Amino acid sequence: MSPRTTISFRLNGRDISVETAPDARAVDLLRDLGALDVKEGCGTGECGACSILAGGAHVLSCLMLAAQLDGREITTPSGLGTPGEPHPVQQALAEGGAVQCGFCTPGMSMAAAALLAQNPAPTREEIRTAISGNLCRCTGYVMIVDAVQAAARKMRGDSGPPQAAAQTSRKKPAAARKKGGKG
Amino acid sequence: MPLPSPSTPPRADALAKATGAERYAFDSIPEGCLHAGAFRPGARLGIAHGRVRGVDAGAALSIPGVVRVLTAADVPGPNLHGIIHRDQPVLCGEVIRHAGDPVALVLAETPEALRDGLAALRADIEPLPGAFDAAGALKPGAPLVHAGRKGGNLLLRAKIEKGDARAALKNAPVVVRGEFFTPVQEHAFLETQCGTARLLPDGTLDMTLSTQSPFRDRFEIGAGLGLDPLSIRIRAPHLGGGFGGKDGATVQCLLALAALNAGGRPVRMAWDREESVLAGFKRHAVRLRCALGADTDGTLLAHDCDMLFDTGAYAHLGGEVMELSMEHACGPYRIPNTRVTGRCVYTNNPIAGAFRGFGVAQASPAFEGLMDELAAKLGMDPLELRRRNALAGGDVNGAGVRLNASAHLPECLEAVAAHPLWAEREAWRASAPAFTMRGVGVAAVFNGMGYGRGLPDMAIAKVELTDAGGFRVYVSVADMGQGNASAFALLAAQELNQPPSSIELVMPDTERCHPSGSSSAGRTTYTFGNALIKACAGLRAKLASRAAMPLLRDTLDGLALEPGRVVHAPSGKALPLAVLARFLPHDDRICVAEFLMPVAQDVAGKAEGFLIGYPHLLFAYAAHLARIEVDGLTGRVRVCDYLCATDGGRVLHRQGFDQQAQGGAAQGIGYALFEEFRLDAGRSTTGDLGTYLIPTALDLPDIASLAVDGCEESGPHGLKGVGEVGLNGPAPAVAAALRHCLGDAAARRLRRLPFTPERVLAALKAGGTARNRRRA
Repeated sequence: MSPRTTISFRLNGRDISVETAPDARAVDLLRDLGALDVKEGCGTGECGACSILAGGAHVLSCLMLAAQLDGREITTPSGLGTPGEPHPVQQALAEGGAVQCGFCTPGMSMAAAALLAQNPAPTREEIRTAISGNLCRCTGYVMIVDAVQAAARKMRGDSGPPQAAAQTSRKKPAAARKKGGKG
Repeated sequence: MPLPSPSTPPRADALAKATGAERYAFDSIPEGCLHAGAFRPGARLGIAHGRVRGVDAGAALSIPGVVRVLTAADVPGPNLHGIIHRDQPVLCGEVIRHAGDPVALVLAETPEALRDGLAALRADIEPLPGAFDAAGALKPGAPLVHAGRKGGNLLLRAKIEKGDARAALKNAPVVVRGEFFTPVQEHAFLETQCGTARLLPDGTLDMTLSTQSPFRDRFEIGAGLGLDPLSIRIRAPHLGGGFGGKDGATVQCLLALAALNAGGRPVRMAWDREESVLAGFKRHAVRLRCALGADTDGTLLAHDCDMLFDTGAYAHLGGEVMELSMEHACGPYRIPNTRVTGRCVYTNNPIAGAFRGFGVAQASPAFEGLMDELAAKLGMDPLELRRRNALAGGDVNGAGVRLNASAHLPECLEAVAAHPLWAEREAWRASAPAFTMRGVGVAAVFNGMGYGRGLPDMAIAKVELTDAGGFRVYVSVADMGQGNASAFALLAAQELNQPPSSIELVMPDTERCHPSGSSSAGRTTYTFGNALIKACAGLRAKLASRAAMPLLRDTLDGLALEPGRVVHAPSGKALPLAVLARFLPHDDRICVAEFLMPVAQDVAGKAEGFLIGYPHLLFAYAAHLARIEVDGLTGRVRVCDYLCATDGGRVLHRQGFDQQAQGGAAQGIGYALFEEFRLDAGRSTTGDLGTYLIPTALDLPDIASLAVDGCEESGPHGLKGVGEVGLNGPAPAVAAALRHCLGDAAARRLRRLPFTPERVLAALKAGGTARNRRRA
């Protein structure tokens, strides 16, 4: 057995102090603590299902050691919002048809919330870039991008009509597949 | 004709999923559970076909926390499972037939102990020569995947014939031919295969699974392990994706075996992504050789197609996928003479099975590729050629079935033809910047619904008045993400004249719900929806009648179910449903009804070789358009705009309809451009999501979805299934767009999916004078 160490962090506003092994992954610790809203789709940083916010930054908990949670302010999807009190991004994803199987959606809500915290009025391209580390196999992303735009409008207090979806082609080629995410 | 959007209340499951509150099978982690994992030594040893000489569990068992190591000797019963053909061992004792075959099962106290235990296991496997391509596997002297099997490596040979295709081709004024190849595709659902199991003291095996087929799984597990299938209880919560890859046993038999050896403790199994790629089912790779003959005016005369399917190490659904593929081989067109031959072959490759588009996605690049080739040869507009031959209601399709059901492909083609993306295609092509080429292509596709003739495509729905005066719907078909559960709640609310908030759902549970078929084949909402409408109608009438007594009526006239109550309109008297519920014994508050999908009776064609599931009567149709740009220096293809016009019968929930259209198209674009499942002597070299690339948000355009108004009389309120058809369009539409921008010579070299930059560049070079290549 590896020697264990105690770490302390805030999880969704709650102070946590817990023993963990030095080689334990953050995703496993969080799920062991009951945060089953943190999903795991690949374990290697390619799918983004395990996205969380650490100090407001979007990171992948499968690429983090549990010890790296120490001293951090951690938000998981259920800390962002609940079915009774959803975050505007979560509400927009649900209402906008952006949820099918939904296994990627909690992580997607993390990526989108982190984007909107930094950029309250993103373009469709900026949204696509921000969620490009979060794979969705069900939706084709159209309604996800729509929903993030809708959430941005709502958070800005802008009740005007939605901007038309980009009908023209994008000029720039997509970045190469991101490896390793932002963890 | 696009419909006005029906009002689209958000899906009932969406908010719980978006906030992470939904609990999937992946999140089932029972208190005190053991963790089970399969030992698949082929991948580690680089052996896809080999004789198992021994398993050394000594080192593994000495690891603290490793509880048991089970091998084939521990498997009770025949140790063979499968949906139709039982040819797959639960644990391999003598031979491994593909690199992901399991030879041992480890039970451990923790995930860490499981990982270390699996790493410490040793297997002695003697390599055997392997069969790694379907054509080679049929050659005399090829290594036998199932030694001693009558028929060798040929799982199934079949033929469909209508008229005389060979003679008609000989006499046809114009004939085009081609060989096409469609590759393995990985489902890549985000939730990997997983579940939990526990043997209860009364002998019940209680399982929670990520599965599309809870009712049938019991029989597959029972057959494999020699258990009474009806002693197995399976619950299927919301799936984190399925797409066909969770139709049939993945973790099922292994988990059941683990639970039988866990001393009554619960056991959890969740494959990691690499195991999912290694051992999960795939889309079949297919080689197609086709010839299409036409008159000089473009009227199709004959189609002859030969298909070679690689089913991998086990039969699984190989024969059934090939059946559907062959039935669709001639496209959604009127062709008087058709001949389709197919062979489905065992190899030592990963196991192939169901994947959205179930064989049709493999056929569509070929039939549409030849249509474009024909249009080029005739100098005809490719969309016009399709319009001229498109199947419509009353026509006889390629398999000889008269389409007495709704068939609106012509309207789908009209919707695309009328769209600016089609009208402006030449301007798009001419607008290509330096070193790029631009093009627009269309494709017409279809997809049969249901299991086909010879199989009961049935669902049984149960609906109940609750103590509180609400309603409970017992859903028997799994929701893999397509939203059928939510649709059923809306349907029940409508049929019972109640607010949606009064409907609660019981997700599939073989103990509480009534048996129904799988969640697959575009049948889920159609079949269960029809059963549910019947059950609701029965309950609605019954509750209205039952209220006569407490409302003191001497006739049943004027009694009606209203939101929350039964009302006697003439007198204005009302009885709250909560009171009526208490007035009735529980078994009187229930209504159960079944629906059986109709099957084709009037078939002009002849078919040989199929056991069951042929032909189909109902089809969804679609016309797809891809507007693309090719980088002339790198060969990279970018889909800039995408449009699909879909006939799925009447649209009951526009958002759900668009979700299916966009999602299917997205997977189809991945299939067309990015998703290359590479195998080296049966071993995957694209074993994770970093090497097997599915589309990201940056790889796809805003996919536009148009609904074509049709009405399928047999469907629930006129609906047909749209889950599958959307995947079949992108590969041929992108291929057509490549032809538009690279020219016919290059297009002829692009008959192997996916259209990777390497293949496109090679085609460009060989194609020589691509007319639209521009220099700065």
